[in-house]
Amino acid sequence: MKKLLIALVTLLPSLAIAAGGGNVNLESANIDLKDNASLERGLGLFQQYCAGCHSTQYQRYGRVAEDLGISVEDMRSKYMPADTKIGALMESAIPDANAAKWFGAMPPDLTLVARVRGEDWVYSYLKGFYADSSRPFGVNNTVFPLVGMPHVLQDLQGLAVQQDDGSLVATGGLMNEQEYDQAVRDITGFLVYSADPVKLEREALGFWVLGFLFIFFVIAYFLKKEYWKDVH
Amino acid sequence: MSNAPVDTGRRRFLTAATAVVGGAGAAAVAVPFIKSWNPSAKAKAAGAPVEVNINKVEPGQLIRVEWRGKPVWVVRRTETVLNELEKLDGQLRDPASQEEQQPDYAKNPARSIKPEFFIAVGICTHLGCSPTYLPDSFGEQVEGVTAGFFCPCHGSKFDMAGRVFQGVPAPLNLVIPPHQYLDDNTVLIGVDKGEA
Amino acid sequence: MVKNIVDWIDARIPMTATYNRHVGQYATPKNFNFWYFFGSLALLVLVNQLLTGIWLTMNYVPTAEGAFASVEYIMRDVEYGWLLRYMHSTGASAFFVVIYLHMFRGLIYGSYQKPRELLWLFGMLIFLVLMAEAFMGYLLPWGQMSYWGAQVIISLFGAIPIIGDDLTLWIRGDYVVSGATLNRFFALHVIALPLVLVVLVFLHLIALHEVGSNNPDGVEIKQNKDENGWPVDGIPFHPYYTVKDIMGVAGFLIVFCYVLFFMPEGGGYFLEKPNFEAANPMKTPEHIAPVWYFTPFYAILRAIPDKLLGVVGMGLAIGVLFVLPWLDRCRVKSIRYRGLIHKINIAQFTVSFLVLGYLGAVPATPELTVAARIFTFTYFAFFVALWVYSKNEKTKPVPTRVTH
Repeated sequence: MKKLLIALVTLLPSLAIAAGGGNVNLESANIDLKDNASLERGLGLFQQYCAGCHSTQYQRYGRVAEDLGISVEDMRSKYMPADTKIGALMESAIPDANAAKWFGAMPPDLTLVARVRGEDWVYSYLKGFYADSSRPFGVNNTVFPLVGMPHVLQDLQGLAVQQDDGSLVATGGLMNEQEYDQAVRDITGFLVYSADPVKLEREALGFWVLGFLFIFFVIAYFLKKEYWKDVH
Repeated sequence: MSNAPVDTGRRRFLTAATAVVGGAGAAAVAVPFIKSWNPSAKAKAAGAPVEVNINKVEPGQLIRVEWRGKPVWVVRRTETVLNELEKLDGQLRDPASQEEQQPDYAKNPARSIKPEFFIAVGICTHLGCSPTYLPDSFGEQVEGVTAGFFCPCHGSKFDMAGRVFQGVPAPLNLVIPPHQYLDDNTVLIGVDKGEA
Repeated sequence: MVKNIVDWIDARIPMTATYNRHVGQYATPKNFNFWYFFGSLALLVLVNQLLTGIWLTMNYVPTAEGAFASVEYIMRDVEYGWLLRYMHSTGASAFFVVIYLHMFRGLIYGSYQKPRELLWLFGMLIFLVLMAEAFMGYLLPWGQMSYWGAQVIISLFGAIPIIGDDLTLWIRGDYVVSGATLNRFFALHVIALPLVLVVLVFLHLIALHEVGSNNPDGVEIKQNKDENGWPVDGIPFHPYYTVKDIMGVAGFLIVFCYVLFFMPEGGGYFLEKPNFEAANPMKTPEHIAPVWYFTPFYAILRAIPDKLLGVVGMGLAIGVLFVLPWLDRCRVKSIRYRGLIHKINIAQFTVSFLVLGYLGAVPATPELTVAARIFTFTYFAFFVALWVYSKNEKTKPVPTRVTH
C-alpha cells in the first residue's frame, strides 16, 4: 500500500508538466498582486490602450476601485468613460458588429485571459510584437504567431525588429526597455488581478481555516485516543 | 473490550472540546451560505442612488424615478398646496411625523428638505400598491382638500406631504427615502448627505 | 422531559431501536485501518456537493447565453459565491479521490466477495451515476472544455451501430451541443441524478448493515460471538468509530481546504485552463482532455484504433468491475492471506490504472499510444488472470480472530 502511495506521488510532477503545455519560451512576469500602485498603473494603461476594443466585462469599476485602493472620485475621473455608473460592468467601447468587421473577429473579453493563458504568456505576448510587413497590421508576435491585432503599445515601445538570433530590438518608443517592461508588467498584474480578484482574500482566509482545522484535528486525535483505550 | 478504569473526566472534557470546536466550525461554514443571500454587487449597482434633475418639473407636476425597483415621486408643490397642509392636522393619523417613516431632516411639517419639492417612495404603507396622484380632484375623497394621493387598491388617502388620513386601512405615512441636494437643480435619491 | 419525548416518538416510529441497530449497538470490526476512512468521507463530500450545489443553482443561469457569465457572476458579485463554487468544484474532484480509494480498499481486502456482492453492485452503480453526474455538471460552466468535452463524449454514442447518429441527436436535442443540451443536463445534474444517488447510497448502507463490514483481515466477526451474542472482535460503531471518523474528517478537511484555498484549480486538473474561456462552437482548444477522474477510461478509448471497439472497450473497463465478485473464485478475502500471484496482479492493476490515467491526460503521440495499448491489455489481464488463478490459489491460513 505504501509502495502505491509512493508511486502516486512520483507520478504527480510529470502530470504537472503535462498540464502546463506550451512550447514557446515565456518570460517570467514576476508580478506582485499586493503592489496596488503597479496594478493601478496597469489599470490606467489597460483603459487607455486596450479597453477601446477589449472588455473586462465580468468585473465592475467599483469593485476594482475598492480592491486596488482607488478612491471613487479618482476611478471616475481617471479610468472610467463619462456617463458610466461606478457599479457598471467594464464593457468595451466598440459595438460588436463593428469590431467583427474591422478585425474579422470580436476582440475577446480579457477578464480571464491570465487564467486561460497564464501570466507569463500575457507578459511575453505584450513584449512579443515585431515588424512583419506581410501581416495586415504590419506586426507579428513571437508567442502568438499570425496575431490579428495591431501593436497598440507601439508609441510606448517603438517598433521592434527581429534579429538573426530571434531576439527583438525596439527603437523609437517613448519608453526605454526597462520602462516598457515595467509598463507591461503593470498591465499583466492588472489582468492577473482581474482573472482572480479574490486570490489574496482567499489565501488570507485559508490560513485561518487551516489553523482552525489543525486545532480541531489535534483535539479529535486525543478524543479518539482516549476512547480507543477501551479497545484491545 | 477491556475493564480498565475509564478516566471519565478527561473523556468528558475532550468530548465537550470536540463538540464546541466542531460546532464553531459548523457555524463558520454556515456563514458563506447565509451571506450569499445578501444583495449581490449587481443588485447593489442596480439599487445605487439615483440622480434626478428637478429644474424641469413644473409646479403641480409629479415625476416618477425608479430607485431599488420602487417608484419614487418627485412633486413640485404649489404655494396653495403647502398652505393647505397646515389645516389638515386634525384629520391625520400622524400629523407630526412621530413614526420613523422619514429621515430626521424630513421630520418637519412639509416632510421634505425644501418645502417646494416633495420626495417620497410611492408605495402605500398598507399592502404595497402605488397610490394615484390626484392634483385637482382629491376633493372627491376628502372634502375641502384640492390635492392628495389616493390608493386604488383599498382606498387609503394621503395628503400632499404623504401623511395618511384617519379612517383608511394604511397605518403609516408614506416613506421618505434618504436623499440630498447636490446643487439647486439636482437631487440624489438613495443616500443621506455625507454618506455618498 | 427528553425521555417523555423519546418515548412518545418510539411508540410511533422505531427511533431508538433504529439508532441502536445502526449506530449505538452496531457491531463493527475493531481492526479498521487507514483505508476505512473513505466511506464516511464519501458521505461527507456528498453532503458538501448537495449543499453547495443547491446554493449554486440560486444564481446559476442554465442557458447558452447566460451560463458562463453567471458563473463569473457567482465568482465575483455574489457574496462568498467564489467559496461556494470552489467548494463544489474541489468537492467534485475530492469525491472521485475518495471513491477511488474506497473502491481500492474493497479490492485489496476482498470486500466484494460473498456475502457482499450486492453491496459491491450498489457501490458500482453509485460510481456509474457519479460519473454521469460529474460529466453533466462539467458542461454547466459552459467553458471551452465543458463544451468540447461534452461534444466528444456524446459523440461516443454515435459509435453504436444503426441507431448511433439518431441517438446522439436525441441526447443533444440539437445538431450540436447547444442550449437545449445544457438545459437538460442541468435538470439531470441538479434533480434527477442526485435523487438516484441518494437512493443508491441509502441502499448501499442498508446492504452494508445487513451483512456487516469486512475488515483488513477478511475475517467474518459474526462467526465468533460471546455468550451475549456480541461478536468478540466487534466494537459498537458509536462511540469508537464516530470519534475515529471525526478525526478522519478533520484530517481530510486539512487537505481539502488546502486545495480549496491555495490551489482551487488543482494545477489545471480540477479546473482546466481552457474552461475559463466561454464556449465557442467554432474553435476547438488545442488539447482536449477530460477531467482527471475520467482519464484512465479515456486512455482505453483512445488506445483502441476503432471507433466502435474503443467505446466497447471503455464500457467494458467499467463493466468488468461489476462482475468482480464472480471473477474472483478464491474464498480468502484479504490480500494479507492471499497468494503472491494475487499481490502481483493487484500491484500491476494499480500501476496500469494510474499510468492509463496519466496517458489519458496528455496528448497522444505514437509512442504513448503504444504504451496505452500495453496498459489497456494489462488492465484487462488483471481480471482474466484473477479468474484463472483464483480457482486454485495457494493461500495462507486465515486467522479465526482479527489481528491488530
